[in-house]
Order: sequence, then C-alpha cells, then structure tokens
Amino acid sequence: MVGMVIVSHSRKLAEGVKEISGQMADRQMKIIAAGGLEGGEIGTDAIRILKAIVNADTGSGVIILADLGSSILSSQTAIDLLDDEKKKKVKIADAPIVEGAVGAAIEASIGSSLEEVIAAAEEANEFQKL
Amino acid sequence: MNGSFLDAIGAVTEAIENNKEFLTDLDREIGDADHGINMSRGFRSAMAKLKAEPVDDLSSGLKKTAMTLLSTVGGASGPLYGTAFLRGAKAAEGKTTIDKELAAQILRAAIDGIEERGKAVPGDKTMIDALEPAYDAFSNRMKEEKPFLDCLKAACDAAGKGVEYTKTISARKGRASYLGERSIGHQDPGATSVVIILRALTEYYQKLS
Repeated sequence: MVGMVIVSHSRKLAEGVKEISGQMADRQMKIIAAGGLEGGEIGTDAIRILKAIVNADTGSGVIILADLGSSILSSQTAIDLLDDEKKKKVKIADAPIVEGAVGAAIEASIGSSLEEVIAAAEEANEFQKL
Repeated sequence: MNGSFLDAIGAVTEAIENNKEFLTDLDREIGDADHGINMSRGFRSAMAKLKAEPVDDLSSGLKKTAMTLLSTVGGASGPLYGTAFLRGAKAAEGKTTIDKELAAQILRAAIDGIEERGKAVPGDKTMIDALEPAYDAFSNRMKEEKPFLDCLKAACDAAGKGVEYTKTISARKGRASYLGERSIGHQDPGATSVVIILRALTEYYQKLS
C-alpha cells in the first residue's frame, strides 16, 4: 500500500491533516506527519521528512502532501537524499494539503498504484466548495 | 592553509550572529521576518554538531554542516544552503587542502545546487544575484593568476554589488514575489546573507595568511 507523508511548517497542522485523512484510510496505510522542526518550532526539516519517507514506505511508494514554500523545497531535498532506486517511488502531489491528503488516503487504501494515488490527490485541484 | 574547518564555520557563525537582527529586519520588509533567526539557529547548531563530532576533512565537514542546516534552519534557506553545502561536500571529496581551484569548484557546485533546487535565475532577486557575480569575479581573478585572497576579495565585492542590484528589481521567487513591484527598493535578505558568509570566510582566510 502506498504510504503518505504530510509536510507542513507547523507540527500541529501536519498532525491534524494526518488525523483527518486517517479517518478515511485503511488501518494498514502508513500516514506520517513531518511538520515543524525537531524542537516544535515553525519550519520545515528535510531530514525529518527523509525519515518519514523511509518509515512510510512499505514497498509501494510514498506520496508527499506539502503546504507552502519551503515545504516543497525541503521535500525535494529529502527525496534527493534517497538512493536512486527509492527516489523513483516518492512523489510530491501538486495539490492542496487537506483535500489532497484525503483523496490520496482513500485511493491508497483501495490498493491503487502511486500514480493513481497522485492523480487522486491532484483531483482536489478541481474541487469547488461552493 | 593552516586553518580548520571548525574555525571557518565559527567565523561564519559569528558574522551571522552579528547580523541576525539586520537580516531579520530586511526579511520583515519583504518576507516573513525570520531569515536572521533561521540562519543563526542553523549555524549555531552546525557549530555545536562540529564541536561534538569533530571532522578531519573538508568534505565531511561540509556534509555535516549541510545536514544540520537542512534540519535546523526551517525556512527556504534551509534546503537552499543545505543543498549548496552538500554539493560543495561532493566537489571536495578526497581533497585535504583547499586552494583557489578547489574553492572555485566548490562555489560552482554550490551555486548549481541552489539554482537546481530553487529554480532561480539571475534577476529574480535571490541569493543567485550575489552568487553568480561572485563566482564570475573569483574565476576571472583566478584566470589572471591572482592569489587566492585577491580572488576572494573580488568575489566579495561582486557579491556586494549584486546585493545593491537586488534593490533595483522586483522579486520573482519566494515570499517576496507576492509583493511584486512593491519589493523594489529593498535588498534581498538571501543575497545579503551570501555576502555576509563570503566576507566572513575571506576575513578568516586573510587572518591566516
């Protein structure tokens, strides 16, 4: 099953997105929050994200949902630090973090491939709330 | 060169500390008011790490610094400076002493890493506007067979001019890009920290020679 890493500047926000998307997910699915810095300060930490990716990967790949700015840069740096074989199985979704994570959790939970999970997360770009 | 990597990073850390408020103030004008705080946290952590786990070569020193910056800076400058130091570590692999040729290779690799990561080009009002002219000035002096210190000083001057140039353009990357033309008149905090670091390393080298 595809795993998911939630990257946010805020530890609480990442935990919250994990909580919401976890409600929709299969219990087997690994969803790991990698928000904030080690000491809880606001920020992103590429090494923390790297560890989360490794923990979320059960062999089927990992999708990353990220919030703003350095969340993307730190996620890309974390992917760069993986070996070439693993790199191919980790992708950042170009999607809003909450809606994207929920879509990805549902898709991953039915055993879809990483590409399908990414597509499901990115469908959130089309959602209209009103 | 008789200096140590720890002392060189120590000089950088001190310079960042001395400019912590200044960098944060610059970032308050056009960003999220954390550049000085973030850089200070990153380099102080790197110093602590290097003191606790001494390194005996340049490449592992650069790598250790990179990994610490990646996990402690917090803002976009974390992955950007982290990637720069990582690429520098790769360029320095197997080398025991630094000379101007190696310094140029490290600088080039670091700049390529930042450009790849941040997708910035000259004129975007970023670190690149200080780094690219610094590299050009350094390598031009090197081609003229000038001593290492002259190359470093030329790089600092060019980077300083690059910072002045960032005042005249509007930001196309990062938080400041939301301000568009309103960012004109303000110097870029990232380009400024580049100059602070280059000057600290140059002064450190000057003291040794």
